[in-house]
Amino acid sequence: MAAAGHPSGLSRERQLELYYWMRLTRTLEERLVALYRQTKVVGGLFRSLGQEADAVGSAFALERRDILSPLIRNLGSMLVKGATPVEILKQYMAKADSPTRGRELNIHFGDTERGFIGQISPLGDMVPVMAGVTLSFRMRGEDRVGLVYVGDGATSTGAFHEGINFAAVQRCPLVVVVENNGYAYSTPTSKQTLAKQFIDKAIGYGIPGERADGNDVIASYEVTRRAVDRARAGGGVSLVELVTYRRKGHAEHDNQSYVPDGEIERWEKDNDPITRYIDRLQGELKFKVADVEQVDARVRAEVDAATDEAERSGPPEALDALVGIYADPPREQPLWYRQDVASAVDAHERPEGWGTWQEGGRK
Amino acid sequence: MTAEITYLEAIREALFEEMERDANVFMLGEDIGAYGGAFKVTDGLMAKFGEQRVIDSPISEIGIVGAAAGAAHMGMRPVVEMQFIDFIANAYDMLTNYVATARYRAFLPCPMVVRGPSGGYVRGGPFHSQNPEAGFIHTPGLKVVYPSTAEDAKGLMKSAIRDDDCVLFFEHKYLYRRIKGVMPEGDVTVPIGVARVAREGKDVSIITYAATVYKALEAAELLATEHGISVEVIDLRTLAPLDDEAIEKTVRKTNRVLVLHEDTRTGGIAGEITARINETCFEWLDAPVLRVTAHDVPLPYAPPLEDFVLPQVSDVVRAVRRLAAY
Ligand SMILES: Cc1ncc(C[n+]2csc(CCOP(=O)(O)OP(=O)(O)O)c2C)c(N)n1
Ligand SMILES: [Mg+2]
Repeated sequence: MAAAGHPSGLSRERQLELYYWMRLTRTLEERLVALYRQTKVVGGLFRSLGQEADAVGSAFALERRDILSPLIRNLGSMLVKGATPVEILKQYMAKADSPTRGRELNIHFGDTERGFIGQISPLGDMVPVMAGVTLSFRMRGEDRVGLVYVGDGATSTGAFHEGINFAAVQRCPLVVVVENNGYAYSTPTSKQTLAKQFIDKAIGYGIPGERADGNDVIASYEVTRRAVDRARAGGGVSLVELVTYRRKGHAEHDNQSYVPDGEIERWEKDNDPITRYIDRLQGELKFKVADVEQVDARVRAEVDAATDEAERSGPPEALDALVGIYADPPREQPLWYRQDVASAVDAHERPEGWGTWQEGGRK
Repeated sequence: MTAEITYLEAIREALFEEMERDANVFMLGEDIGAYGGAFKVTDGLMAKFGEQRVIDSPISEIGIVGAAAGAAHMGMRPVVEMQFIDFIANAYDMLTNYVATARYRAFLPCPMVVRGPSGGYVRGGPFHSQNPEAGFIHTPGLKVVYPSTAEDAKGLMKSAIRDDDCVLFFEHKYLYRRIKGVMPEGDVTVPIGVARVAREGKDVSIITYAATVYKALEAAELLATEHGISVEVIDLRTLAPLDDEAIEKTVRKTNRVLVLHEDTRTGGIAGEITARINETCFEWLDAPVLRVTAHDVPLPYAPPLEDFVLPQVSDVVRAVRRLAAY
């Protein structure tokens, strides 16, 4: 139904916007790597290199009022939903004015106003949570949908099964996106499931499933858009499988020793989502080289400015640790041996073996 | 022969030796085989013992803990890794409802071990730093072990694998590569349920375990040199069953007790230990039993926050001085 040169009915502005979000994701992550090597990132660093299209394209199918729950490879989805580079940088650097005020790490944060709910580490947990979010949309008759991401690995959890099944039975307006990137940490998909494809699981839940090339940003957008439209129209839960590839290790410390020789290089050379989209923009969609370069320059400037801003922020005050566990009381009291103590240590040690650990070196 | 190895390597040695000794011992866990585990504890096991005995599992904590129980009923001796002990919460039902009650209600033995990296001081944030021992200590039918030295890590792992019941084996990730020890020659086990005197002293006792053993030892050194207070440090090593004899012995010796742990305060094991001391040794006490613990807060990520929430050496010094002044 898309007019020639206008896939999916996206305007030319929106077509270029897709490129902007993917480039922003990659450039921001590259900046995080630099900060990580300078030991300014406190914990581990997680990349979505090679997965920018599935994250950006799928989130692009939502409206502002919709709610999305990202996972560790969904920096791009969060940016589309309104998370800012400076928030991401401050969060990784554990700054006082980071979105979680130093309480949580990496991209574990959310904002229901902008429409994203922060994940927790235990995999699969966000599926039932998003079942409840979208159940409330349905109960209140709101024209809103939800989208929840799970990795290929996370589909093996009990929480995934219970959450998707409950949402399906309740006909919640929920899209479950399985990002099949070939690995869960070191575990290949073949050890995760005997299903040939993840959409086969949809049959068991009695819901539609559709699979697409996750390294094609337009295809990722279109397949998710169909599921979002279905949910909005009262069609309940859909399972979308986006096939992609995790080109970096699970986190920066992981040397990917378990990956067959040449596999990463092959994906990088033949199937980089950003390179593919640039080719499409400059070919079929007839954008000029300068259009793309302008986006690159804008992204660089934005990431530079965000880095400067993030670096200017300080760490949280120790006593902030005791604030906000309950609505009432709003803060806990320090234990008696800390009554008049601002900090119980002279220096905040940054342990080896976490985040910075590199035994065996990088591949 | 006498080379030092790390706490982590000591655990790996125990796993190797037990797999060699008993063909029923096998490993289950996420990324433990080809990759050797998130912290490399099981590195080399798959190469040596093969995929049949070192199983890379899907991300299914309920599944692998439950499967371990079933295999254990049939005479196998499974050792299950939680990639981080925080995810043992997912298997809480299996462990507390199924495994813990199996012998009592159905005469079904569950000789299995669930092990994994635990604890904070590592900037791991709320889901990679937990000390969930209290919930399991509270459950009759489970044994809980939490060593602080490399020698104990090895010897207790051997005992845990040979035990006829389920043993939860907490490994402190802050200690993994920091703590080293020389292993005894031969097949040496450390008994479950027996505490250790980590430092002899006469004025005040600190009862603790895992990473805070080192906070206690550091404080003890400081208290001796700067304040002339002689501190005894008891390393519990096993949390269920508790070594009541060792606890009573040190109370009777020093008459002043501090219980120290990294876990949060409310419902932590320090409360249980304090209650036992009250019941059995009240007349031996010259001061109330005091606790130094984490604050009752989910463990935050930023270093100043984490360091504030967790117990530190200066807290121990302060608490011991208060006890000594009674
Ligand atoms: C319940 C649970 N078990 C184990 C882990 C440890 N863990 C973190 S990420 C990960 C692999 C996730 O793989 P996948 O779901 O495919 O997501 P990807 O990282 O590939 O995006 C594992 C095992 C966890 N976070 N939660
Ligand atoms: Mg994956």
